[in-house]
Amino acid sequence: MVPLPYYLMLSGVLFACGVTGFLIKRNIITIFMSIELMLNGVNLSFVAFAAHWHALSGQVFVFFVMVVAAAEAAVGLAIIIAVYRTRETLNVDQVNLLKL
Amino acid sequence: MLHLVLFSVFGAICVAGAVNLLVQRHPISSALSLIAVMASLAVEYLLLGAEFVAAVQVIIYAGAIMVLFVFVIMLLNAGQEEKLGGSRVAILFGIPGVLVGSGLIAWMLLEHSGTSEVTVGALPGAPNTIGWLLFHDFLLPFEVTSVLILIAIMGAVVLATREEIPAPGERGNV
Repeated sequence: MVPLPYYLMLSGVLFACGVTGFLIKRNIITIFMSIELMLNGVNLSFVAFAAHWHALSGQVFVFFVMVVAAAEAAVGLAIIIAVYRTRETLNVDQVNLLKL
Repeated sequence: MLHLVLFSVFGAICVAGAVNLLVQRHPISSALSLIAVMASLAVEYLLLGAEFVAAVQVIIYAGAIMVLFVFVIMLLNAGQEEKLGGSRVAILFGIPGVLVGSGLIAWMLLEHSGTSEVTVGALPGAPNTIGWLLFHDFLLPFEVTSVLILIAIMGAVVLATREEIPAPGERGNV
């Protein structure tokens, strides 16, 4: 038996690591992986609450989140390839055409 | 007791992998630590009784999505990330802010959510139960996600295809 707050804290730590990576990383692929980490943290709290409230819809929602993550990964990685093709770099600091 | 031990061990692996993702400078190391995080998250799902979600986590996340990432890293020949300067204000205020914030959240969670405990196996998350739910209550969202996946595939193909550079002789005929 594991108390629910432990799962929520683990989920929060994973989400915070994702946010930190999103903010401090400069490689566009690593930033993208941080987003996946955030999604995983949210999934864990979905499953924990599903078990806590005895509602299976939480687990179905995790399934949908995974589907969206897969679609996002496909499109996002295609965008990364397109960015690399035009800018020849993966560093987000050098992708600055929209900067004032 | 055993469940708490398993939770702690795999939770520690999760956090270590997440921190390693931040620390590593090469994207392939980050990708491998993310795979470790996802695999140990699957064990956490199993502890919560979500068998289907655990299997899907390993197959889709650790399998398909991360293979996609590794392929793109290989394809683009991503190298070491250059070191950041990092602002002093961020270090001065950011780290204490994060510590205070996470301490507050942990205190709130521990104090105000009571002694609710998640019992293992209390909720059957077997594939047949999830499948029944998916094809009865969530049939419309399920179909919508299939359309979403189709659109995503088409978008990925359109974005990633190289533009055709016409041969010198054919220029103007198009």
